[in-house]
Amino acid sequence: MSDYLVDIKNERLSFFTPAGEVKALNDVSIHLKQGEVLGIVGESGSGKSVTAYSLMGLTAHPGKLLGGSLYFNGHQIEQLSEKEMRKIRGNEVSIIFQDPMTSLNPVYTIGNQIMEAILLHTNKTRAQAKERAKELLELVGINEPEKRLKQHPHELSGGMRQRVMIAIALACEPKLLIADEPTTALDVTIQAQILELMVELKNKLGMAIIMITHDLGVVASMCERIAVMYAGRIVEYGTAEDIFYHPKHQYTKGLIRSIPRLDTKDHERLVPIEGTPVDMLNPPKGCPFAPRCEECMKICLRQMPPVTNFGEVHYTQCWLNQKEEFETSSHEKGAADE
Amino acid sequence: MSEKLVQVEHLRQYFPGGGFGKNKKYIQAVDDVSFTIDRGETLGLVGESGCGKTTTGRTLLRLYEPTGGRFLYNDEVIFDVEKKQYADMLPFRKKMQIVFQDPYASLDPRMTIGDIIGEAIDVHKMASSKKERYDIIIEMLSHVGLNSEHANRYPHEFSGGQRQRVGIARALAVRPEFIVCDEPISALDVSIQAQVINMFEDLQAEMGLTYLFIAHDLSAVKHISNRIGVMYLGRMVELADSYELITRPLHPYTKSLISAIPVADPKKAKESQRIVLGGDVPSPLNPPSGCRFRTRCPYADERCAAETPEWKELEKGHFAACHHIDKCN
Repeated sequence: MSDYLVDIKNERLSFFTPAGEVKALNDVSIHLKQGEVLGIVGESGSGKSVTAYSLMGLTAHPGKLLGGSLYFNGHQIEQLSEKEMRKIRGNEVSIIFQDPMTSLNPVYTIGNQIMEAILLHTNKTRAQAKERAKELLELVGINEPEKRLKQHPHELSGGMRQRVMIAIALACEPKLLIADEPTTALDVTIQAQILELMVELKNKLGMAIIMITHDLGVVASMCERIAVMYAGRIVEYGTAEDIFYHPKHQYTKGLIRSIPRLDTKDHERLVPIEGTPVDMLNPPKGCPFAPRCEECMKICLRQMPPVTNFGEVHYTQCWLNQKEEFETSSHEKGAADE
Repeated sequence: MSEKLVQVEHLRQYFPGGGFGKNKKYIQAVDDVSFTIDRGETLGLVGESGCGKTTTGRTLLRLYEPTGGRFLYNDEVIFDVEKKQYADMLPFRKKMQIVFQDPYASLDPRMTIGDIIGEAIDVHKMASSKKERYDIIIEMLSHVGLNSEHANRYPHEFSGGQRQRVGIARALAVRPEFIVCDEPISALDVSIQAQVINMFEDLQAEMGLTYLFIAHDLSAVKHISNRIGVMYLGRMVELADSYELITRPLHPYTKSLISAIPVADPKKAKESQRIVLGGDVPSPLNPPSGCRFRTRCPYADERCAAETPEWKELEKGHFAACHHIDKCN
């Protein structure tokens, strides 16, 4: 048993495409307690969605789990059959997808789609399920739920549809909610509404959330823990304060630096991360970020850096920190004592 | 030569939205929008989806036929709907160009990068020989950080950021003065966005370009623009110097828009007060009477429903359209 709700250890997952093996996840470890919010940030193709989907047993063909253990709420996910998985999915763990326009079924009413999840996982009668669906719509802030239940997705706006998605996801009071870029397709003012709603629901229902996004602003306001992914690895992991105020990996630093700031008067030039994202079919031999890293050393190109720990949660995978650790370990300890 | 390169007055763009005869409906995509852009300046245009910012940019280039208003480019009339004056666009296409949003959809997959850029050169007969044409192509590629070997490749061989560079090179090929940048960075990864923004700035400094920079990401727009215009449901609600607009917004919509931006700083994010607007943007087929923002505005009263607020210069260079500027500040 584990005291974590989610405990992923050394997950390795590859997609066997006609062009070759794409190592989507390399030694990814994530753990999460009940009621915590974890943010996973990274560029497209960095493996953030794949990590979360594999926890739901949703790895698409030609993807294959090659190693590691995925523990969730008393289950060993990698050992479950599809039938067993189906009992968990939508019940103990559920997901909100990025695009609310395409993730709802256009030919069924909203009510039908919410009730489907309830009828599948509970012993409620249709009438009870309908009552519950109404409650859920109220919970996610949709007015006139009675009327909305009979509407089809095309009659609702993007923000409303995302609320319906959240209502479906919460239908069985899951322990864990995975939100895969829930606000990327929405406008800023609607994004603010949805984020506020998610925080409110989390406080009310006490579920854990894994928030997948590429927007550092979204994780800063919502998440306690943040995992930064690059090329299928977690390159840095820590609390929101660790990541934003004491970033250790060059990629994290680069990401934070490259965001335009709102509060500066003088025109400062942006500091971009040079180069292009890794080709996952032919990843570099050593650290995957090395070709784009300003501080790249010889060893970075040859060998993958080991994990360096800073305190209990904060860790990173970067040779620079190894060097620092050798040189300044005594100094850092002294600073921590103070 | 005029200081003001672009002068737009009371621009209107309605699209037919169904119905026949008397019942014919119009989507009021852009309604009564006026602004000017000085030579060498960048004007940012922000707003939510459906607010008409893209339509504004496209109408200026006559990619849509305007329904109303007037557009002077360098004091020459491009269109004046009231007087029924329309300029022949071909010579102006050389001066005005556009960079599209989606670099995956805006490049022909069956043309090489060289031909995509070369097409503009051919249309405007800018090269007298094949050699000259090739030289221009290479020069354009080098402007955007690509090199000559890329000229023979096809779009699918490039990443999103590189494709957007090709799109920019294509726009630059005719040596324009004015470029409409229609959400050029929103399809790109965060780490690539900064590269492209920097490139836009470099090109502007090098070639003295004037930009109309359209985006929904206010922080990026603030970074690149001298002035910013905020649109809501087809109307301009506020226009000011970019720092002024961010720090001292006057219109309630701008205020909520700015407060809704997630700040990439955990401590500030906890302190900051978000003004969360209720509801959704109404349909442009049937916009609210009077002030179009009134259905979501916390300060709205009867006057907002009855009268359309006037577009006024409240302070020097700071325009806004709202009845209750005093109340909400």
